[in-house]
Amino acid sequence: MKKVVVNEAKCKGCGVCVNFCPKSALAMADRINSKGYHPAELANEAACISCGICGRVCPDAVIEVFKP
Amino acid sequence: MKQVYSVPKSLRPVSTHYCPGCTHGIIHKLVAETIDELGVRDRAIGVASVGCSVFSYDYFDCDFQQAAHGRAPAVATGIRRTVPDAVVFTYQGDGDLASIGTAEIVHAAMRSENITVVFVNNAIYGMTGGQMAPTTMVGQRTTTSPEGRIKGLAGEPIRVSEMLATIPGATYVARVSTTSPAHIAKAKRAIKKAFEVQLAGGGFSLVECLSTCPTNWGMSPVEAMEWVDKNMIPYYPLGEFRTPEGGQTNG
Repeated sequence: MKKVVVNEAKCKGCGVCVNFCPKSALAMADRINSKGYHPAELANEAACISCGICGRVCPDAVIEVFKP
Repeated sequence: MKQVYSVPKSLRPVSTHYCPGCTHGIIHKLVAETIDELGVRDRAIGVASVGCSVFSYDYFDCDFQQAAHGRAPAVATGIRRTVPDAVVFTYQGDGDLASIGTAEIVHAAMRSENITVVFVNNAIYGMTGGQMAPTTMVGQRTTTSPEGRIKGLAGEPIRVSEMLATIPGATYVARVSTTSPAHIAKAKRAIKKAFEVQLAGGGFSLVECLSTCPTNWGMSPVEAMEWVDKNMIPYYPLGEFRTPEGGQTNG
């Protein structure tokens, strides 16, 4: 399981999580979801420190964060 | 794996109608987290306003009542007095609370109704298409102020928290922002404190949340957050304007 789990179908691709990620571990995916948005994804799992900031700033409550 | 952040249980698992990056969603989560943490979901009753936040009754997983435009504090008063055990909160935007609903909010504070008001200020009428609101900044372009709000014509934006802080019945009044992880953490503490004031029977509490409207401001979500920091916070200072202890931390 990934440290950052994104509910891609609900993501509106606003990019707020990507902006506030302190380790630049998140990115917008190339694929497009059913709403027509590029969802956020954990692009660099090794860089992620499971701080939870992406989950807290997500306006659409689509991100859950886990720590190994 | 240990879960570090989970979606609050008091939010229904539905997709909202809010535009991408709209901070309504963040404020919804903070209110829902507060309801979860205080363990009051079974007796929480929200009152929805008119505006973008009207559909909050579909998004919170607790009892909800829809009020006529601006009248949420009056409806909340009725609920408060007929269901004494309820935890009553309103969720209102600036077009609702600071314009058509000014009388209701002032007098609910005057009576020190034991309710909590979550006031979302994004300096524009969002749902109706971006018209000038009482909270619109001087110089801010909207569809009804295409050259920017003119001070000599439309006056200066209303500072609701400062106005209500002059009222003895307003037990807790705070202004917070939702434009950075640090601001969001502080906003959560203020919202929780407002609910705790109500649970202690302390009377009227209000938290004004500075919010964004990327669509009607014509900005990306991140640009809109930076615009709040640069343009709104200097005019709408953050902090606690009234507390049960009598202290102030604004300015």
